[in-house]
Amino acid sequence: MTDARDGALFAYVLRLGDNALVLAQRLGEWTAHGPIVEEDLALTNVALDLLGHARMWLAYAAQVEGAGRDADALAYFRDQRAYRNVLLVERPNGNYADTMARQFLFDVWHHAVLQQLGNARDPQIAAIANKAVREVAYHVRRSGDWVTRLGDGTELSHARMQAAIDAAWPFTGELFAADAIDDELLARGIGANLATVHATWRAHVERVLGDATLAVPADGYMQRGGKDGRHTEALSYLLAEMQSVARSVPAQRW
Amino acid sequence: MVAAQTPVAELWRWLAEIADPEIPVISILDLGIVRDIAWTRSDDGPSVRVTVTPTYSGCPAIGVIQREIVALLHARGIADVTIAVAYAPAWTTDWLTAHGREQLRAYGISPPRVRAVAHADDAIDLTRFVDERAACPRCGSEDVTLTSRFGSTPCKALYACASCKEPFDHFKSH
Repeated sequence: MTDARDGALFAYVLRLGDNALVLAQRLGEWTAHGPIVEEDLALTNVALDLLGHARMWLAYAAQVEGAGRDADALAYFRDQRAYRNVLLVERPNGNYADTMARQFLFDVWHHAVLQQLGNARDPQIAAIANKAVREVAYHVRRSGDWVTRLGDGTELSHARMQAAIDAAWPFTGELFAADAIDDELLARGIGANLATVHATWRAHVERVLGDATLAVPADGYMQRGGKDGRHTEALSYLLAEMQSVARSVPAQRW
Repeated sequence: MVAAQTPVAELWRWLAEIADPEIPVISILDLGIVRDIAWTRSDDGPSVRVTVTPTYSGCPAIGVIQREIVALLHARGIADVTIAVAYAPAWTTDWLTAHGREQLRAYGISPPRVRAVAHADDAIDLTRFVDERAACPRCGSEDVTLTSRFGSTPCKALYACASCKEPFDHFKSH
């Protein structure tokens, strides 16, 4: 990790790619399990967008690293300690409210980050972010729609949506916890300012939860570690499934 | 060898023969995927470089399109072809040609609306969708309802026409 030519940039881009890849894989688990066919298609379309983002980010990360790896090598041949996604995206799908709570809380953050990265002083990061942000705007609207419909729905859907938001909330702190890598990239005019991202995120989340008649949870103890490779057990199972074919036949081409 | 000095304008005409793999009535030129074609010089001599841009980030068609471009140019005698992928400026449905839009409509897909504003400056209200005014590609009625914001491919949404009762795909403005 540290032998990359620009270790901080590599780590930063890797985090962006891993967030997109892990969430794409999670959403892909809904394939053929959606409550109705339109939702099945929608979840997998969002997954496809994120997979496209992951491919662009990881290809760039590989180029920055300059160690002869490509996007596939980064996706399929790193173990979970080498993954740098936030813990929120690796959380299991749960029920539909859980999936939508995770998606909404991530989408709002993702959109705010990509908007800032569109002005990054790194042309490749700016190009990828400007392409991705328009797709993610669609994601934010969609997941926000569902949070509102379920929150402001029946007694049961309201209770489940509130429980889902409450359960995901302790995993949101990590989204805004800037570390040395975030600070360095921000200082270089490349990375997002997580303090302003937090303000944007907070305003939008409060507005939607209000529309949804849901309570904004209090900020208590926040989970963290994903950005440094310390993950929950859930990621191991996800990677085992995602990487099994590539590792069974490593030189295969099709 | 005959193709070594093929004018770039002729190369553009050739690539117009390649159809989008998922919507085979529209060419990759009408879709706005091909951004540039240029003769360059590699170590082995003259080379054609085709610059393409993906539509949606995850659209799997881009890989097929790249292979088809290389295969077509090889078949016409151009041995050295490179494909460059450009992400910026990001693809937009505003790049669909008028000809391409008409072909979509004739095929049964409602074409995207043209948006004159710069997307980057859009003041986006992230709390709600603005449903597009699609028109039924069969009967022309604008009395239509959105069935699903995601259709059979990432670029399309599913609508139903209240006049002729037919469901149809709408190519989303993007």
